[in-house]
Amino acid sequence: MSADSAPDLECRGLTKRFGDITAVKDVDFSVPAGSFFSILGPSGCGKTTIMRMIAGFLEPSSGDILIRGRSVLGVPPNKRPVNMVFQHLALFPMMNVAENIGYGLRRQGVAKAEITRRTGEVLERISLPGIGARKVSELSGGQRQRVAIARCMVLEPEVLLLDEPLGALDLKLREKMKIELKSLQAEFDTTFVYITHDQGEALVMSDAVAVMNAGRFEQIGAARDLYYRPATAFVAGFVGEANRWSGRVTRVEGDTAEVQTDAGLTLRAPADGLKTNDKVSVFVRPEAISIGPDAAAMQDQAFGTKVQVTAMLFNGANSRVLVRDPQSGSEIDVALPQSAGFANLDKGAEVQIGWTREQTLCFADTAS
Amino acid sequence: MTGRGLGFYLLLAPLVLWLGLLIILPHIDMAIVSLRTRVAPREYVPSLDNYAAFITEPLYIVTFLRTAIMSVLATVITLIIAFPISYYIAKIAKGRSQAALFLMCLIPFWVSELVRTFGWIILLRETGVISGFLQWLGLADQPIEMLYNDAAMMLGLVYTSMLFMVVPLTTTLESLDDAVIEAGYDLGGSGFSVLREIVIPHAMPGIVSGCIVVFMLSLGNYLTPTMLGGKGSLWFTELIYSQFIVRFNWELGAAFGFCLLGASSLIVWSILRLTGQTLERTMGEGK
Repeated sequence: MSADSAPDLECRGLTKRFGDITAVKDVDFSVPAGSFFSILGPSGCGKTTIMRMIAGFLEPSSGDILIRGRSVLGVPPNKRPVNMVFQHLALFPMMNVAENIGYGLRRQGVAKAEITRRTGEVLERISLPGIGARKVSELSGGQRQRVAIARCMVLEPEVLLLDEPLGALDLKLREKMKIELKSLQAEFDTTFVYITHDQGEALVMSDAVAVMNAGRFEQIGAARDLYYRPATAFVAGFVGEANRWSGRVTRVEGDTAEVQTDAGLTLRAPADGLKTNDKVSVFVRPEAISIGPDAAAMQDQAFGTKVQVTAMLFNGANSRVLVRDPQSGSEIDVALPQSAGFANLDKGAEVQIGWTREQTLCFADTAS
Repeated sequence: MTGRGLGFYLLLAPLVLWLGLLIILPHIDMAIVSLRTRVAPREYVPSLDNYAAFITEPLYIVTFLRTAIMSVLATVITLIIAFPISYYIAKIAKGRSQAALFLMCLIPFWVSELVRTFGWIILLRETGVISGFLQWLGLADQPIEMLYNDAAMMLGLVYTSMLFMVVPLTTTLESLDDAVIEAGYDLGGSGFSVLREIVIPHAMPGIVSGCIVVFMLSLGNYLTPTMLGGKGSLWFTELIYSQFIVRFNWELGAAFGFCLLGASSLIVWSILRLTGQTLERTMGEGK
């Protein structure tokens, strides 16, 4: 590790325009050395464009990219100290595993014996020793994944870029690879920049996540902050699950805003600069909602109502109850507490639900 | 399995008839003809005289070797010209321009080879377009004859074969994932090393199948060497033609035919061996 404090990767005012379309708009971020940074966004939000600019396949329209404090603008991809794990891995089918891993070293003119040694070493580190002579087509999905990472890591890049590398794997393997990627990152102690549209991948693995939408970063923060303290309505809706209502602020009193949803629910939320008559979007996480047998159990909640169960979605630890508020008719998604008593809820049962003021996430609509 | 139905044999019949009547039967007959010699009118004895004549007569053997070498050269030149064209069509051109470029390679092949070759005569002859243009520019003070030499013949051979190289090359290059090329650069490769280690190995089945087709077309070409080549550019097919049609010496002609078949088989086999490809892989367009 270098002694200076320059982050491994820094983007300043990064912008990319394709004709009239602005794919990436004024993006700023920096990734400290040795951390796992994710860019999370729906497809088409511009995250791949950012990745390709960092790798050097695209030139930014404006802004700067710095690696270890040095601008890499104008440096071709084969001269940048970053390597990329492609979406479909892009292993070289005409070479075996050892040749794939040794490719970059051969380009650097490393001696043959040294290439063999380092290839063996990196295969050891990804716990696939002795598969060097195998053909790429003989490997399983998870093995290919690790070989693709090893092929980059053997070059000891400053930054490793990963472009949705888990997308092609089946669900079980994806879960396993998430954990494995995180431990590989710790093992190699290299900065990973990971792009994905899967919030599960981003939240589990990353030290910091940037949520991206329509070419801009909506929020950068630790997974926990994004989840509990989303900065924008988009982040609240995109990260994690939430019940969503749109409505209007009817009254602001101190630090509490009263919101009337379009369906007719009256909620209370932290005021945070909201003004009367603002149009707002309100989010409440399913697990933030308490559920109880009667109104007495909901005394401490800012909002409570009696509802009817419309469906029970049993899924082990992730079971949900869908309930309907009889006054407004809106359907609310409630996480089922694992503790006592609710496993026997049936369709039609009457229960009391409620949540606190702080758990009501309220954002003024910007575009209206 | 209780034997195959009538339908199977009916479907098989055209193939068997085609192979038997048009390929195997004529070749057996040719082989017999080539292995006999005429001692008196309508009187033949088996002998190897025809093959002996081929080996001992310098004109025959020189023409034979020249034809083989020139065909290899034509194949190599076609490959060198067609590779960048195919790469451009498959990897750089996008959408409509890709289709348009491919069509432009195809269009000349809608007219007959004779007309296409005649087009070159119009361009290259003494009173032709290029000669006239050079004189008009003042670069030449008298008409220039560019026809009837090896260069003109080579031009014709390469031009005639181009499509048969471009099509298999474009197909194999299209099947190469762009990300694999990008990965080559990303891991530190230069344009040349990516070409050598990634693009060419991937395109090898296409290169080999294109080369085989172009080589065989050149070797068996009759029209182009006759129309564009000079007196010195005698092509082996012209020798066969003259034995059959002019000299009416079918025995020698048949022997020549077998020598040509042997040569093309040998050279195709060596190309496959040298490149480590198999006929199945190359003809299956390298999947």
